[in-house]
Amino acid sequence: MKATAAKLFFALAFLVTFLAQPTYTSAQHKPASSIPTADFIQPAELAASLQTTTTSKPLILQVGSHVLFAEAHIPASEYAGPTGQESGLQVLRDRVAKLPKDTSIVLYCGCCPWGRCPNIAPAYEQLQALGFTHLKVLYLADNFGANWVDKGYPVAKGR
Amino acid sequence: MMQRPHSANCSFLAVLVALSLATAAPHLRAQTQPSIPAHSKAKTAPDFTRSDLTGKPIHLSSYRGKVVLLNFWATWCEPCLAEIPRFSAWQKKYGAEGLQVLGVSMDDDSAPVQRVYRKYSLAYPVVMGDEHLGNLYGGVLGLPISYLIDPEGRIVVRYQGEPDLTQLEARIKALLPHPLK
Repeated sequence: MKATAAKLFFALAFLVTFLAQPTYTSAQHKPASSIPTADFIQPAELAASLQTTTTSKPLILQVGSHVLFAEAHIPASEYAGPTGQESGLQVLRDRVAKLPKDTSIVLYCGCCPWGRCPNIAPAYEQLQALGFTHLKVLYLADNFGANWVDKGYPVAKGR
Repeated sequence: MMQRPHSANCSFLAVLVALSLATAAPHLRAQTQPSIPAHSKAKTAPDFTRSDLTGKPIHLSSYRGKVVLLNFWATWCEPCLAEIPRFSAWQKKYGAEGLQVLGVSMDDDSAPVQRVYRKYSLAYPVVMGDEHLGNLYGGVLGLPISYLIDPEGRIVVRYQGEPDLTQLEARIKALLPHPLK
């Protein structure tokens, strides 16, 4: 009897929790959680690599909002988005069209908390589909302001 | 009737708990604590003038005497879309008591903003933002961001991320200049 009650309680709790989550449809976006953590690069690691003069620098692409890019972005990064929309994915495809498939590329967005970002997963999946083999995604848990700018990492402004 | 073995019951519960946590986890950190300056250090909200979606000029300073909820958002920002219906409901509910909600869209162009504005029948004005307005407010580098501004034009609270809407509504009610009795 107790076990049945407990099962019912947990089943109800699960149902409530599940229904409380936003649903992701193709009209919305692929969740960033679909990106394997092995392909993450942490902000501190990327910031450190930007300081070195010995290693070759990756191509860094911001795939989110152009307004937020204009406010602040990683120096030498380029704008190629917003990849949550087809028009932005086309911008990304055009940018990488002539690059060798083994080009080191770092993607980032930081418009929203990681789990809510509409841009990063479509960009990652697009470049994977195009055959790029050296992809990394900058893991920004909260947003670009909190996890990059506020940490004192280098920033550039403008479009 | 066959009884399910105890270990099967435990496995069932464990799977349910794990699934609950897995579905909730990405959203648990989305709600953030507000940033509240000490009253004596409260900064005056930077003034700006922008046209709303109908072309009417909006001066932030013209809302002096009202409580202003200044909400930076965008149409591609899922947590933003989750909260704006509540803001619209508050505008209708507390507008006569002195609340003014003002949306600042950080979208790159106004077409999707117009669509969302109509879809949600927003009861408050929305202006288009840009990097200059973002920088004026110390950097809008992640959405949503909301500022609660008191009738004297001072920033009372800054919310980065999704606020606790119940707590935010209570703060608004406490600041209203013309509360209904």
